[in-house]
Amino acid sequence: MKLFDLRGGVHPEGRKNLSAERHIRALSLPKYLFVPLQQHIGAPASPVVNVGDKVLKGQLIAVAQGAVSSSIHAPTSGVVVALGDHVAPHPSGLPVPTITLQSDGAEKWITCETIADPLALSPEDIAARVGAAGIVGLGGATFPSALKLNLSRSSGVQTLIMNGGECEPYLTCDDRIMRERAVEIIEGIQLIAYAVAAKEILVGIEDNKPEAIAAMQAAAQGTPVKVVAMPSMYPMGSEKQIIQVLTGMEIPAGGRPADIGVLVHNVATAYAVQQAIRFGRPLISRIVTISGGAIKTACNVEALIGTPVQELIDFADGYSQPAARMVLGGPMMGQQFTNTNIPVVKGTSGVLALTQSEIGQAAPSPCIRCSTCIRACPVGLMPVEMVSRIRASDLAAAVSFGLKDCIACGSCSYVCPAHIPLVHYFNYAKGDLATQERVKLKQEATKKLADTRNERIARIERERAEAAARRKAAREAKERAKEAAAQAATETV
Amino acid sequence: MTPIAHSPHAHAPVSIGKVMGTVLLALTPATLFGFWLYGWPAINLWAISIIAAIVGEALVVRMQGRAVRPVIMDGSGILTAWLLAISLPPFAPWWIAVLGSLFAVIIGKQVFGGLGQNVFNPAMAARVMLLISFPLEMTSWIAPDANAPGFMDSLRVTFMSQHMDGMASASLLGHVKTEFTRGVGLDQALAGYYSPLHMLLGSRAGSLGESAALLLLIGGLFLIARRIITWHAPVAMLLGVAVPALIFNAINANHYAGPMYHLLSGGLMLGAFFIVTDPVTSPNTATGQLIFGFGCGLFTWIVRTWGGYPEGVAFAVMLMNTLTPLIDQYVKPRIYGRDRKGAALTANKGA
Repeated sequence: MKLFDLRGGVHPEGRKNLSAERHIRALSLPKYLFVPLQQHIGAPASPVVNVGDKVLKGQLIAVAQGAVSSSIHAPTSGVVVALGDHVAPHPSGLPVPTITLQSDGAEKWITCETIADPLALSPEDIAARVGAAGIVGLGGATFPSALKLNLSRSSGVQTLIMNGGECEPYLTCDDRIMRERAVEIIEGIQLIAYAVAAKEILVGIEDNKPEAIAAMQAAAQGTPVKVVAMPSMYPMGSEKQIIQVLTGMEIPAGGRPADIGVLVHNVATAYAVQQAIRFGRPLISRIVTISGGAIKTACNVEALIGTPVQELIDFADGYSQPAARMVLGGPMMGQQFTNTNIPVVKGTSGVLALTQSEIGQAAPSPCIRCSTCIRACPVGLMPVEMVSRIRASDLAAAVSFGLKDCIACGSCSYVCPAHIPLVHYFNYAKGDLATQERVKLKQEATKKLADTRNERIARIERERAEAAARRKAAREAKERAKEAAAQAATETV
Repeated sequence: MTPIAHSPHAHAPVSIGKVMGTVLLALTPATLFGFWLYGWPAINLWAISIIAAIVGEALVVRMQGRAVRPVIMDGSGILTAWLLAISLPPFAPWWIAVLGSLFAVIIGKQVFGGLGQNVFNPAMAARVMLLISFPLEMTSWIAPDANAPGFMDSLRVTFMSQHMDGMASASLLGHVKTEFTRGVGLDQALAGYYSPLHMLLGSRAGSLGESAALLLLIGGLFLIARRIITWHAPVAMLLGVAVPALIFNAINANHYAGPMYHLLSGGLMLGAFFIVTDPVTSPNTATGQLIFGFGCGLFTWIVRTWGGYPEGVAFAVMLMNTLTPLIDQYVKPRIYGRDRKGAALTANKGA
């Protein structure tokens, strides 16, 4: 298959060999599970259990709120011991609303509905079941999958792209799931394709994962699913980039893949969809890669949602040396964390303990305008110019250089010889911009209300004056009529 | 508690110091050749330039209340002084080197705000200043085939401006320009004076390290291979000289020298690979660098052909430096999902 060229990109050291050959193993059941209500893009779920409630494995414990949200299920059977705050899997380490579950060790499931022929279901039904299973994008974006299916079905899908790029260094969770559960993934892909009536189905996998490509190709035999090897380059697994390399199309600025008839899902999401539709199992676990130079035995585990990260580190035999930095996700876009009591959530693809030499970060020095960042940017931005504008607080100019088009992939920061934290500047500026826009919206709303009020008062006064004028005119007319009548009477007399 | 770091949590093993170090390495063959060609006076001049730059920059940075060590250690001041030194006449007196280096790092760079902030290439700014202020010292060339002075003699050359009899010479560009003013045509002016092979290998009168076109070319290719520079600006600059030279040579061969003569003489090779590739003062995009490089080449050729000075690289570079912000303003890469003007692409569903 013909692939299309990408602009920019970088080639960070993969370091996937640390964990790529390690089979997915199930983690032993933790005593306590900490299940945050917000594990997805959108509104947090609302709990439907109380402290002291006994729950079964897979039981709904928090229900989706509003249009963009996702439900949450009990990862194991046990007792709800707390509805309160627990440290968040977020750089801030602030507490977030969390359901704490004490496992009873029985792993007793709810009764799950098994469906032998899922293609007999209606596409709407499949989307509904995906939503009920609490499935979100497992590549890291955690956008509610059912919503994406519904939006795409209504707008029409030409090409369904399954993302097996896994371009982040260290991470091997998608690699392993494709090697070990290819048949289930292919079935899940076909269910997604059916749900959105996709005409073409492509699975893009970076060519640094030959075993995964072979396994997926074998499983895709005799199906319309086409498995494509893509060159290994960061950020190949980014939505915009995988669409471009496989179809040559670009998403118009500010748009969505649906605008060009494309839908992108992660391969691990396809597995979750298959499990939900075929076996009625909600999303309560995910594959996590535990790796990094400071981890003793890098490995891949299937961890229940809510498992404290410390349990994963213990499972990997702890540290081989003090970690300079702990990261959730991959090193290019992942987030640093400091408290290992944070739970695994739906978007947790990796837990990394990195050494100083792996991070390779030095104190920033002056920019020499070498334009390496411009050559590395996969979007065609000029990071060097954007940063100088942001440093001068000229956000409008930064936007004119494409601040809003930045995908925060980190390629520019990675290659910068001056070690300037470019992406940090961009995310700061995006945050500032969002705040400004919120303030502006609020001001506009206030102004509109005030204008409406002034208009209303003016209208009432106008109407009042008009009514008075009408009354006066009527009165005068009446008097005139009276006078005329009187005059007429005198004349007749 | 250490502050939380933003992603990415991996970085390429690069630094400003390494970039500058690689450029210095690329300059080394041509510089060593210059040392061999001109002997100890050249080494003196090179060492004085670099020491003056380090001391001068350290003093200024200290006066600003900034940390001195990182500024000196990034190697940019050393590179500037090195580039200036190899563009000087090899037997130039010590104070030319000191004045030039101080001007380059203080007026040319620190006054603008330090590394990355200067508008003009500091080495070229210093060279132009020296050339205009001290035309005699800056055009006293030495024939390389004479016996190079020993170390003690070299000190007299460098510090006491002692002239070495029988070694004075003229650069090719200077010689031709002088002959033109006497009404001598190219065919006579070049006779016995110009050999492309000698020019390529560098055994000609000229600046300390500008002579060996081949060694500079190798250094430049090394930088391209190490991805420190790209081919755009150098190739464009060489074309900027070669194309007009070719056209005018075809029109009147006795008055306009051919492209080979221009490409191998003066500071063109040094300029093409080490000066117009200066990231700070050149445009950011590949297209911008093509425009910039071609302009540098074209103006070099114009100064050489019609200007009052025999060589024009430094003037051309400074002229184009002033256009860099303008080029960067108009030449930008196309952003994903947008057209060249920045408007969002229209959706072409299922194409």
